[in-house]
Amino acid sequence: MLTARDLSFYAGSRALVDKVSLTAAPGEFVAIAGPNGAGKSTLIKLLAQELMPASGIIELNRLPLNDWRALERARMLAVLPQESKLAFAFTGLEVALFGRYPHCTTRAGMLARDDRRIAMEALAMADATHLAERDFTTLSGGEKARVQLARVLAQLWTPCTVDGKRQPRYLLLDEPTAALDLKHQHATLAAARDFARREGDVGIIAVLHDLNLAAQYADRLLLMQHGHIAVQGRPAEVLTAECIEAVFEIKVNVMRHPDSGAPLIAATHVNAAAAGTTPGIVRCAGMQPDGEKFANARPVSGCT
Amino acid sequence: MSAVLPQRRPLAAPGLRRPGGATVLGALALLLVCTVIIASGTGAFAIAPREVTAILLHAIGIDIDIGIAFTPQQESVLFAIRLPRVLMGVLTGAGLAAAGAAMQGLFRNPLADPGLIGVSSGAALAAAFVIVLGATLMPGLSRALGIFTLPLAAFLGGLAVTMLIYALSSRDGRLSLPVMLLAGIAVNALAGAGIGTFTYIATDEQLRNLTFWSLGSLAGIGWNALAICAPCVALAVLLACSFARPLNAILLGEAEAGHLGVDVRRLKAGVIVLTALAVGVLVAFTGIIGFISLVAPHMLRLAAGPDHRIVIPGAALLGAALTVFADMVARTVAAPAEMPIGILTALIGAPFFLALLMKQRRAWGA
Repeated sequence: MLTARDLSFYAGSRALVDKVSLTAAPGEFVAIAGPNGAGKSTLIKLLAQELMPASGIIELNRLPLNDWRALERARMLAVLPQESKLAFAFTGLEVALFGRYPHCTTRAGMLARDDRRIAMEALAMADATHLAERDFTTLSGGEKARVQLARVLAQLWTPCTVDGKRQPRYLLLDEPTAALDLKHQHATLAAARDFARREGDVGIIAVLHDLNLAAQYADRLLLMQHGHIAVQGRPAEVLTAECIEAVFEIKVNVMRHPDSGAPLIAATHVNAAAAGTTPGIVRCAGMQPDGEKFANARPVSGCT
Repeated sequence: MSAVLPQRRPLAAPGLRRPGGATVLGALALLLVCTVIIASGTGAFAIAPREVTAILLHAIGIDIDIGIAFTPQQESVLFAIRLPRVLMGVLTGAGLAAAGAAMQGLFRNPLADPGLIGVSSGAALAAAFVIVLGATLMPGLSRALGIFTLPLAAFLGGLAVTMLIYALSSRDGRLSLPVMLLAGIAVNALAGAGIGTFTYIATDEQLRNLTFWSLGSLAGIGWNALAICAPCVALAVLLACSFARPLNAILLGEAEAGHLGVDVRRLKAGVIVLTALAVGVLVAFTGIIGFISLVAPHMLRLAAGPDHRIVIPGAALLGAALTVFADMVARTVAAPAEMPIGILTALIGAPFFLALLMKQRRAWGA
């Protein structure tokens, strides 16, 4: 279990993340969505230990995150960054092989043939086999993202055992679909979900901007607003017109996906004059109180 | 009414073809051995390569009769004059290139050169300080440390500059290359002013010592200097090689390396110390020899790709060969006069740096 309790993080005196608690169970796909500046990326960075929380605690498999040795932790927790900063001419395969870093125990650091096979399989899963021999620096943004996905899949590819006990693994994805075309948005999330299902003990936490993608792939969806988790639950429960309007301040129509029945969201037609005006604060059922901001808000009638 | 979409067929993209690591390292080792043998025999008193080989084989106890005779005079010239200097060239090139490769990995930029960002001049400033004022200001310490005073001071000077530059150019784990290079300019200018001041107040004998610092030279190197440099440089090169995998990982970014289980703090400290160790000790004995640390690693990356497991040992071998060759040219081109090797490496290295900059300038908005 990856658990965060009462996480807070401040930029100056402003709380970017304010007493957020969340869990991800093995096998579960948790999506985090919310408007810009809601604190989604900060939350992921806290979970990834890129930022240190001002208060609160993060536990990975019942041990505080800091108490794991770095290499052990890396075998249980992989992070896909928003963008790639790699500016050296490695091949796609070499980048995927970086994922095997925490598994390579030989002193000389020579990679086993197994690692090469795993990296190739991870590339195949990320639809990047044809990029294996290409120079990473010459790839397009979307191609880079797929190779990086292969890298983090390779990192979690083998079951993790610490002290003779099998440990669940977790994958953090920070806007994994941002640079991708439609096909690869779905391919990436499907790959992550299928990987988690196949392994059985891999949990996923992903920041997603596209609510339709979240509706299709997430088992559980968290909507963040002003550093809080405003509402969470199964996508079908959370993605109602009222909740989306309350959190994103935009009127939407929620339909049903013709195949899966998952919520399908489209913004209502907005004329230019109305665009940009902020609707009044509304709440929906199941929304957690958000301090004073919602103190005087009344539930919108008809919101179930 | 359905449009027929063509099946997507991945275009056959040209793959990267690179020679294997073992091939590259083997070829470079061979190149270094040949360069050493040729350079050892070249000079006012010429010794043929096969005679050099025979003398060296004899010296290490392989006394097989390969039908090549050599004179005791050749043997003594080789051991007293040529070999210390050539071996110092090997140490200089290997140490500078390995330190340069490691530092470029840590800074994630092929332009991060210990000379350019002021590590060498920091070391030279500390060395100049010891030469001119050491005996006056701290006679006890100088006497206690003996011949180690100079290398130790140079090491500390290099260490201070490396830490300063890293602190200035990094913020929240991100490195700013412009800040790093500009800070390097400032440090170089400051060290230049310091060395200039020491030149001004130096005695004639100290002055001769100082001039050679700014240009670099392998002249007058004896076995005792080698005895101090060899362990330090060997340690630095081995450390650099042992950091090859974490340095590969850190090319992804500091945070990403952390996620892969790399102890980023230890890596940074290790690379900073090994750079200061190699550059400091070498500057103490040879002065500032620039650009080897820039050129050798980059040629390796061009030939064999950016994997530090090949780049670091390969750059050490190539840097050694380049330095030995440059020194051979420096001492023979205007014989009997001698050209400072630092001028020669700058002549080759500075245009090389400009070419690198041209390749990178688009990323800088030029």
